[in-house]
Amino acid sequence: MSMLSRVAENIYWMARYMERAEDTARLVNVTTHLALDLPKQVSFDWETLLDITGNSEIFRSHYGEADDRSLVRFLVGDTLNPGSVISSLGNARENARTIRDSIPREAWEQINNLYLKCKGNLQFGLSRRGRYDYLHWSILGVQTITGLLAGTMTHDVGYDFLRMGRNLERADMSTRIIDVRSVNLLAEKSVDLAPFENIQWMSVLKSLTGYQMYRRAMQVRVRRPDVLKFLFQDRRFPRSFYHSICEVESCLQDLPRNDAPLRQVAQLQRMVTDAKPGRLSQDDLHQFIDELQASLAGVHDQIAATYFELTVPAPLSAAAGMS
Amino acid sequence: MAIRWKEYPTQGLHDELMRGGGRPRDAARFLCQYLKRLSEDEIQARKAAAELAIRVMGITFTVYSQQGGSIDRAWPFDIIPRIIAKSEWEVIEAGLKQRVQALNLFIDDIYHEQRIVKDKVFPAEILAGSKNFREQCVGINPALGIWAHICGSDLVRDKNGTVYVLEDNLRVPSGVSYMLENRQVMKRVFPELFQEASILPVDDYPSQLYDCLAAISPRPLAQPEVVVLTPGVYNSAYFEHAYLAQQMGAELVEGRDLVVGEDDCVYMRAVEGLIRVDVIYRRIDDLFLDPEAFNPESTLGVPGLMRAWKAGNVALANAPGAGVADDKVVYAFVPQMIRYYLDQDPIIANVDTFLCADKKQRDHVLANLDKLVVKPANESGGYGMLIGPQASRKERERFARQIRKEPRNYIAQPLLTLSTAPTLVGDQVEPRHLDLRPFILSGQKISVTTGGLTRVALKKGSTVVNSSQGGGSKDTWIVDSGGA
Repeated sequence: MSMLSRVAENIYWMARYMERAEDTARLVNVTTHLALDLPKQVSFDWETLLDITGNSEIFRSHYGEADDRSLVRFLVGDTLNPGSVISSLGNARENARTIRDSIPREAWEQINNLYLKCKGNLQFGLSRRGRYDYLHWSILGVQTITGLLAGTMTHDVGYDFLRMGRNLERADMSTRIIDVRSVNLLAEKSVDLAPFENIQWMSVLKSLTGYQMYRRAMQVRVRRPDVLKFLFQDRRFPRSFYHSICEVESCLQDLPRNDAPLRQVAQLQRMVTDAKPGRLSQDDLHQFIDELQASLAGVHDQIAATYFELTVPAPLSAAAGMS
Repeated sequence: MAIRWKEYPTQGLHDELMRGGGRPRDAARFLCQYLKRLSEDEIQARKAAAELAIRVMGITFTVYSQQGGSIDRAWPFDIIPRIIAKSEWEVIEAGLKQRVQALNLFIDDIYHEQRIVKDKVFPAEILAGSKNFREQCVGINPALGIWAHICGSDLVRDKNGTVYVLEDNLRVPSGVSYMLENRQVMKRVFPELFQEASILPVDDYPSQLYDCLAAISPRPLAQPEVVVLTPGVYNSAYFEHAYLAQQMGAELVEGRDLVVGEDDCVYMRAVEGLIRVDVIYRRIDDLFLDPEAFNPESTLGVPGLMRAWKAGNVALANAPGAGVADDKVVYAFVPQMIRYYLDQDPIIANVDTFLCADKKQRDHVLANLDKLVVKPANESGGYGMLIGPQASRKERERFARQIRKEPRNYIAQPLLTLSTAPTLVGDQVEPRHLDLRPFILSGQKISVTTGGLTRVALKKGSTVVNSSQGGGSKDTWIVDSGGA
């Protein structure tokens, strides 16, 4: 049976929003941990964090100063922020609702439940005491759905779109999480922060559930160059950038008419493998991350143009003959 | 306490299962005896099992509310089936086929020579006032000459047990999925009864529907591309659209999934590329089908669809314009149509209908508003009706004014005392009014569902069976009880 473009697009966005919810929760988690690990006299630059997540304009028009409380409220529970955990879960649910017939019933129920649970417990999640638990089970909730889909949805073309959506979003959000650490979030430079450097990279790894995997894969202690190499270039760690891109590539290989999107992915793969992220200065790393994000957007555009936005052919074109 | 049939009040009405005095009709005897043997706990357990099955199977209908968006409600269902003897059903079936055949001949005639008007059997002024006559359809020749491929006719019985057709739904009749699902529920809940009695199956409707649709494909393919066109997930019948598409193995599409090319062919946008569509089972009203031809505001439809249909590159079921015969004024003429086109006497009667367009009949209606039911010609779902005997004086006066203003738009019928059937209320059975909607498919041949969807007014004394207004449903059993 063929796969309607609309259905493919909804599956793709459902997966992107689920992943965005999870990764935003991870981002808030790592930030909170970083802030906690810093010495008391150092203040955290919340404004920069806001820039990394995008949507800073919406924040500025509705909130005053960016601080721990307002930012967490904005990133987790504010429906005005289209990228907040709650907005992402809501969007995932709306996409899932329209394709209920194409995904296993249990998956729809879980997505619906997760949204309702996160919405119902929001006040708890925004309290200082409840934050960790709330973020933790948001992440776990998405992971459960990912597992449920892997174990119950036929691995056909629709599943390819699910994986593509998830991995493109994950690649994008992972770079943002790394960016939290890479850009200078620390306003004051007078204090010697060297002792904290490795602790902070450890936080980044842990927020991506990558600490143990890093130790196994790299067999060295936590150091900036190795962490960056691991998070950008490891082929096997499922949250590394390169791995995510290779997943997208393997999905595209299953699909018809895949030339243009595959070319775009190959270009991005070269960008990552050719880079030496460990050697980049913080500023250059931030620049590199920007380039990767732009290239990811290019992959998305190519997928959308090829599969979602079909237009009428001139009579007798090759596509019209397909049946 | 088990069910006490002896105390079941038939109230001088026609009851589908009971003759009165606790004596069941022949075809229902096995059921009543069986139910009598069940304890109250057992009955409640069956009821709970049915409710669970409905939840698990996800049988829902959608109610739109302002606050909560749309809500899926579980389908209200009564576990006591309605039973019709096979011998009686065969007569009804023949009557429905006859009726739909005449209706299709009528529609085709109306869009061509209009012989029936020229021969003064059908009044020209009634045609002129028809809201569902589509100028765009004049002269079109749909495959096999059929316009209404799927028809849902509502049948009722009066207190003497006579069956009447109350209306014919020729636009986008719904409910068939509930008929199919009701049977699935009953098989889970009362498997032993299906072993014991010969209850005729209903399951092949989806394959008959597919065959009916495939037969009108413009391309002679073994497997033409058949799709179900839905207004989308927020439509109250979305469950049915998705269900039928799934059962037929057809794609469920929305307007935005389809596009009409320069070649006047319809394509669906798919990951594989553009795929040509042969047959569209459309569940969208005429006026929303194609913004180029009808309502330019419609975002549900497909621009250019009428163009493709007229060019004969795609089949639409039902054909646009078929609704011209789905009008309560036109309804009054179906017996004449049957005589005119088929030269036969109608097998199933119409309910007596007074046309307000006619001066004499209108005066009768206005003088008897407290005894009659007044219906607008083109509403469905039980909306905009006046039930004279139950209405206030103020409401009757309002209707009288409307009738004088737009006589063509109103008909009146005597208030029928609909038949009843035993329905579980608490731990006992009580009579509740019901109707029956069989579905008739017209393709190479005409076929009728075995029984249909029985809708029951769950409120005591109510005769409004629509699910949007507190109605529920029952499984309908056509039972072959041998000789009788």
